[in-house]
Amino acid sequence: MERFRANLLMCAGTSCVSCGTMNIRDALKEEIKNRGLEKEIKIVLTGCNGYCAQGPVMVVQPEGIFYQSLTVEEIPKLVEEHFLKGRPYQKLMFKEPEKKIAIPTMNEIPFFKHQVLRVLRNRGLIDPEALEEYIARDGYQAAAKALSQMTSGEIVKVVKDSGLRGRGGAGFPTGLKWELALRTKSDMRYVVCNGDEGDPGAFMDRSVMEADPHSVIEGMIICAKAIESRKGYIYVRSEYPLAVKRLQIAIDHCYEAGLLGKNILGTGVNFDLKIYQGAGAFVCGEETALMRSIEGKRGIPRARPPFPVHQGLWDQPTVLNNVETFANIPPIILNGADWFSSLGTDMSKGTKVFALTGRVKNTGLIEVPLGISLKKIIYDIGGGIESGRSFKAVQTGGPSGGCIPEKFLDLEVDYESLAQVGSIMGSGGMVVLDETDCMVNTAKFFLEFTQAESCGKCIPCRIGTKRLLEILNRVTSGNGKEGDVELLEELGQDIKATSLCGLGLTAPNPVLSTIRYFRNEYEAHIKDKKCPAAVCKELLIYSVLEEFCNGCGACKRACPADAITGKRKKIHKIDSELCVKCGTCFDVCKFNAIKKQ
Amino acid sequence: MVTLTIDGRKVTVRKLSTVLDAARKLDIPIPTLCHHPKLSPSGACRLCIVEITNIARPVTACTILVSEGMKVKTTSPYLERLRKTTLELLLSDHPNDCMICERAGDCTLQELAYFYGIRENRFEGERRLYTKRDENPFIKREPEKCILCGRCVKICNEVQGVSAIDFGYRGFNTKICTPFEKDLDCEFCGQCVAVCPTGALTGTMWVQKGRQQDVRDVDTLCPYCGCGCSLTLHVRRNEVIRVSSSEDTINEGWLCAKGRFGYGFINSPDRLTKPLIRTAPKTSSLIAHYSSLFREASWDEALDYVVRRLKSIKDSYGPDSIAGLSSARCTNEENYLFQKFIRAVIGTHNVDHCARY
Ligand SMILES: Cc1cc2nc3c(=O)[nH]c(=O)nc-3n(C[C@H](O)[C@H](O)[C@H](O)COP(=O)(O)O)c2cc1C
Ligand code: SF4
Ligand code: SF4
Ligand code: SF4
Repeated sequence: MERFRANLLMCAGTSCVSCGTMNIRDALKEEIKNRGLEKEIKIVLTGCNGYCAQGPVMVVQPEGIFYQSLTVEEIPKLVEEHFLKGRPYQKLMFKEPEKKIAIPTMNEIPFFKHQVLRVLRNRGLIDPEALEEYIARDGYQAAAKALSQMTSGEIVKVVKDSGLRGRGGAGFPTGLKWELALRTKSDMRYVVCNGDEGDPGAFMDRSVMEADPHSVIEGMIICAKAIESRKGYIYVRSEYPLAVKRLQIAIDHCYEAGLLGKNILGTGVNFDLKIYQGAGAFVCGEETALMRSIEGKRGIPRARPPFPVHQGLWDQPTVLNNVETFANIPPIILNGADWFSSLGTDMSKGTKVFALTGRVKNTGLIEVPLGISLKKIIYDIGGGIESGRSFKAVQTGGPSGGCIPEKFLDLEVDYESLAQVGSIMGSGGMVVLDETDCMVNTAKFFLEFTQAESCGKCIPCRIGTKRLLEILNRVTSGNGKEGDVELLEELGQDIKATSLCGLGLTAPNPVLSTIRYFRNEYEAHIKDKKCPAAVCKELLIYSVLEEFCNGCGACKRACPADAITGKRKKIHKIDSELCVKCGTCFDVCKFNAIKKQ
Repeated sequence: MVTLTIDGRKVTVRKLSTVLDAARKLDIPIPTLCHHPKLSPSGACRLCIVEITNIARPVTACTILVSEGMKVKTTSPYLERLRKTTLELLLSDHPNDCMICERAGDCTLQELAYFYGIRENRFEGERRLYTKRDENPFIKREPEKCILCGRCVKICNEVQGVSAIDFGYRGFNTKICTPFEKDLDCEFCGQCVAVCPTGALTGTMWVQKGRQQDVRDVDTLCPYCGCGCSLTLHVRRNEVIRVSSSEDTINEGWLCAKGRFGYGFINSPDRLTKPLIRTAPKTSSLIAHYSSLFREASWDEALDYVVRRLKSIKDSYGPDSIAGLSSARCTNEENYLFQKFIRAVIGTHNVDHCARY
């Protein structure tokens, strides 16, 4: 094997790539060549590193120096400084916003410091398209152990003892699921990995599949042994082409290496694995719809029972687990149940990957121990709220989750605690909202998604979510009526009680939780026809602040509705009858003299 | 067998029965829209929800299997409130067309709205609108009235084996579609029409022929083939205006296109009501009304004529110059007699039948 003085681990996750990683890679290559450093420095494209907000990012190993917001222009300077002169290039390092001091290494950057990487153990460290690199990081040791030294029952027991719960949303105990499938008599059983990940803003599963596809495959091989299955599917949406590509490469490598197919590692275990590409329907992430989709039918959920462990894919017992769930399996087998359950709360063990987005300074993908407080996630890892505004709520669980207000910031995050405050763990979306976010509008945003993605099978979800949305639209456009909040609550409860699948069951959550904690905002919209956060366009009133207006006339010239009058150097005025609330005056005024409320 | 308690009453049913089956055995009414006893359960309409001890959420009686000792409640103020909300939602996207709807009086949705007394609706909002399509003379689709129960899809797939229709689109825009949304072009058996609980699917020929008033039901057998499916003719002023078949018949209520829609001949002015004897020779190209080629005759005259001609042909040219072709519309007995006649009386094996293959 060739040895290099430095390895440049460039993040080639979807986010960084869309920020220009590939151009930067080419520039780096060029520069390294020009300086004659090809034999000393190697560029490695890795999976998502998590710090998406700062992309494109790169880590220089062995020192672990972290460079962010790379640009093609800076590359010559970077190569010269760091690799010729041996002076890490401060300009591209992370800086604490207040102190402006560069923090060179990854492990000291607050975003990374509080994370515990188990699922993402290989993120940014290995080339996801190289089997050897996975193996070098203890890859397939767990599979070898499970296949050659453990019985099905022993594997199930370790997974059960570890307390691992499904990471796809509902948190069903994984070991129990495997046990139920193993106990169901049948000569065919299936292992299915749910990589549909339809929640807007969620990208943890994509990251795992892109950055470390073998961790998922290894988890599935172990499951295959545990439930005596011969065939598995990974269901990935076709909107994840990079994940599909890397998984396929990984599967091909496994077949070549004898890790999939007949007589795996000479242990007599047979397991075939195939990718099935979904067409991008949110509801196809629901397990029964997903299996119908693999069967080639329209992805619509069916009533449970029968549960997939008894009657799943093609009516055979099936274990269906989330990507992250499977990725958790190999270290559990290697390190034991106690190791896994050493982190977490009473009911929820281990770590969880979250996609932290919204109004925090550091957005990206994080993995933290369960039981961590919301405050720690938002303030220590996320770096707090952007530009000094104040925190309002955090929305967890994706479009079916709820909004959690400030008073619960100390909440220790696990499945139960989130449910108690009216939200869910879901797949791990976490959107931070601040004072400039309108809660009614936020609820509307999420409902628009679930309403459009309802499969249309059952009445409460198909028509009920549509009516909820119509009422919300009424409220945000100033046509809300007395009683609308109560109607939203009643309808929301009834939809939750009667819907067939989890989509309808959770779709009203954003509405119900925002009413629960921010009822006053709803009432302001309905009674005072005001949007307190000044978001809902139809309710805004634009006016000129006399003390700031110097009569420059910029707003008057820009207003498309000719709603602004005023002589030069005199205070201007907006005619609210004519104003179309486009906000142009607000944007053009250089003196902050336009007020919107 | 499994014994369970429904609304305080014990009932014993076969294993693998649903709670709905068990309730129906006790004659306990549970409202349903998507359920059909001959089709697979889907649990889509959510009206048959019941409360079961130890299960947190209401469950659909049509999908949950009975278990020993199960305790079921089919009605409670809470369940009725949920059912009412569901119905209200359904009606908020349904045309108020009962006045002129073909199915008025025979519509499950209308009946439920009546029982639940839904007059006002808390959820008025957008409604689906569709352009009319389908040129075919048999099936009229009015998707605005469709409640997406899926019964038509299931019968077409599970019973007919045709799969001409399925669900398309998502959310509020979901609808029942043909492939690529082309005009319906299928067997036209009308089975889908028969199971549709609303006026979304009706027979084109039924339109404005009469609904329930002054309509008499006459049970009979289908004359089209030897299967002998049971039919119910719906007759108004001595005219057959619709044909259906009930579930407890030998054909389980299923019919084919001919049996269901092929009744136009009954009152057709072109229908032959007397025997005819040809008067003009058969010329090749001339197409004229039969009255210029035939004359009406009595049965006696017609039969005498046939006997005379058959005899003379047999005498002059031998029995093998004669052949008999009978019809699938005849009964087995009639067909037996016919071949007997050709073989024993005429003396030839030249006998065949239009449905022999
Ligand atoms: C509407 C809906 C969408 C879902 N989408 C996903 C998804 O994208 N990925 C996922 O793993 N689970 C999803 N789930 C949860 C799955 O139904 C299932 O519970 C899960 O994949 C089981 O795996 P686990 O036990 O490992 O969590 C969804 C559920 C619902 C109701
Ligand atoms: S709840 Fe919604 S997504 Fe689920 S089956 Fe019903 S209509 Fe489909
Ligand atoms: S008429 Fe028959 S074949 Fe055509 S859609 Fe209806 S059930 Fe299917
Ligand atoms: S057309 Fe009739 S049977 Fe078919 S889904 Fe609609 S309401 Fe049900």
